[in-house]
Amino acid sequence: MNPPETTSSKAPPSGAADKTTKEQTDMSTAGDRSPERAQATRVAAKPGAGTGKAGHGVKLKDLNAYYGNQHAIKNVTIDFPANEVTALIGPSGSGKSTVVRCINRMHEEIPGARAEGRIMLDDLDVYGPNVDVTAVRRLIGMVFQKPNPFPTMSIFDNVAAGLRLTGTKSKDLRNLVEHSLQAVGLWDEVKDRLNQPGIGLSGGQQQRLCIARTVAIEPEVILMDEPASALDPISTLKIEELIDELKERYTIVIVTHNMQQAARVANSTVFMLEGEVIEHDATNKIFTNPSDERTERYVTGKFG
Amino acid sequence: MSVAASTLPEISARRRVTDKVMRGTLVAGTLIALVPLVLILYFLIKRGVSAWTTSGFFTTDPTGSFFGNPGGIRSAILGSVVMVALASVIAIPIGIGVALYLTEYGRDGWFANLVRYFVDVMTGVPSIMFGLFIYIVLVKAHVGGSGFSAWKGSVALSLLMVPIVIRSAEVVLLLVPSSLREAALALGAPRWRVVARVVLPTAAPGLVTGSLLSVARGMGETAPLLFTATAAFALTFNLGALMNSLPVQIYTDIQSPRSEIIDRAWGAGLALVVIVLLLNVVARFIASRSRQA
Repeated sequence: MNPPETTSSKAPPSGAADKTTKEQTDMSTAGDRSPERAQATRVAAKPGAGTGKAGHGVKLKDLNAYYGNQHAIKNVTIDFPANEVTALIGPSGSGKSTVVRCINRMHEEIPGARAEGRIMLDDLDVYGPNVDVTAVRRLIGMVFQKPNPFPTMSIFDNVAAGLRLTGTKSKDLRNLVEHSLQAVGLWDEVKDRLNQPGIGLSGGQQQRLCIARTVAIEPEVILMDEPASALDPISTLKIEELIDELKERYTIVIVTHNMQQAARVANSTVFMLEGEVIEHDATNKIFTNPSDERTERYVTGKFG
Repeated sequence: MSVAASTLPEISARRRVTDKVMRGTLVAGTLIALVPLVLILYFLIKRGVSAWTTSGFFTTDPTGSFFGNPGGIRSAILGSVVMVALASVIAIPIGIGVALYLTEYGRDGWFANLVRYFVDVMTGVPSIMFGLFIYIVLVKAHVGGSGFSAWKGSVALSLLMVPIVIRSAEVVLLLVPSSLREAALALGAPRWRVVARVVLPTAAPGLVTGSLLSVARGMGETAPLLFTATAAFALTFNLGALMNSLPVQIYTDIQSPRSEIIDRAWGAGLALVVIVLLLNVVARFIASRSRQA
């Protein structure tokens, strides 16, 4: 992993931003300001984070996002560690989806929407002046709430769509499609009907097809915006197991309304409220012993 | 405690009468609206079919002579097909292109709204104005070395068809779920590829339907052709020459004092209606098939 010089060298903003600065310091094992808190987050980290595919973390720094005049995201600073699942929870309208959409710059596709601040994928400044937005999106894949396979394409073409849509030539497209479908556990279910339309699959299968489509372009990070909220419990379980496997190779950010889901899949959890990060800690701590009273009230179902 | 009909207040006689009267009025209005339509179809079929049975009606060209064999409508049908085909080749790509600009790029910007406004105005412009416009700009100016010619008729028709194509295509393109655009954009696709490989294929059946309806509309227009391609009798595929067409043939035939030639106008009218009807049926068929998929 990269040396976190950007986070450790920055002086923490004072006052209200105190909650968010602790995540920055968490990343830097040397020179910690609050060792016990760093420990809390570190516990969740995979012991062998350096093994297997070297992952790439995402760092948000003072992110502000707007819809026209509406200030949706306020000074959000979050570290998404490599090869971990980070869950974003919070009530509707708290800005979880907006944060995620800022990371792969889909936020700016909405007319009147804009974002300020820094988002770093390793050393790449996602909002840098010379950054090609399509290249960013190839590095940071996204899975949406509602399964959205392309209705005019077959199962095969849906998985291959990412390559074809980006003009990427692949020598062995068939192999790649097979691998991608295997990665999401869909291969055995669809291998005999690859030429049938993708929308003929069940909702859960469609969502796994969409994940396969994202995996096929080999991103570094996968963003998931409530990926299971439109699915039945069995399909949801499959998606959750899949997320657990995918984190071996990818850094995953998942927005969820389902707190049990966050507890099951996430290494660390971010609680957001009205566009601000209230608390970011190991999932276990968020759900059993949160530091902030608002987090506790939310996770115990007292509001939201 | 049970609820019986007797516990509810009775419906007053006044309400019953009002209901009957209003229903009767609506039915009567519908029937009145149908009268001219049915009469048109009745006379068209009655007089058109008898014209169709005259020998050589579809296989010979009008002779143009007042006496003797008046001839059939072959050149009119083929002339209409050729000119409308050329007009479609011009109008459909431009129309779909403008619609793509409006839905994918311009969206709610001031320029897109200005374009929408002018498109609305253009759909309301009487077709004779397009004929006059081309007459002044292309025919009087002898553009291309001649005055009246078939391709100028096609241009006039295409002017008429473009706003229809734009309006129908925009509606269809807006129906493409934005989640599909987002999915493609999130994969890192540039916008033009999203349009070419996701938006257009998804909207294709609707685009075909809208285009066919504009073709049907162009098929039946007389005024733009009167001023540009004018009337001819002989069969030609030369786009630089005068060309016959069904509406213009009807227009000239109906002025003749000879009953055989007036009958030919009815036959041509029926042929025109059948062609337009077929186009509509095909358009509806494609639209309904895409809805099932």
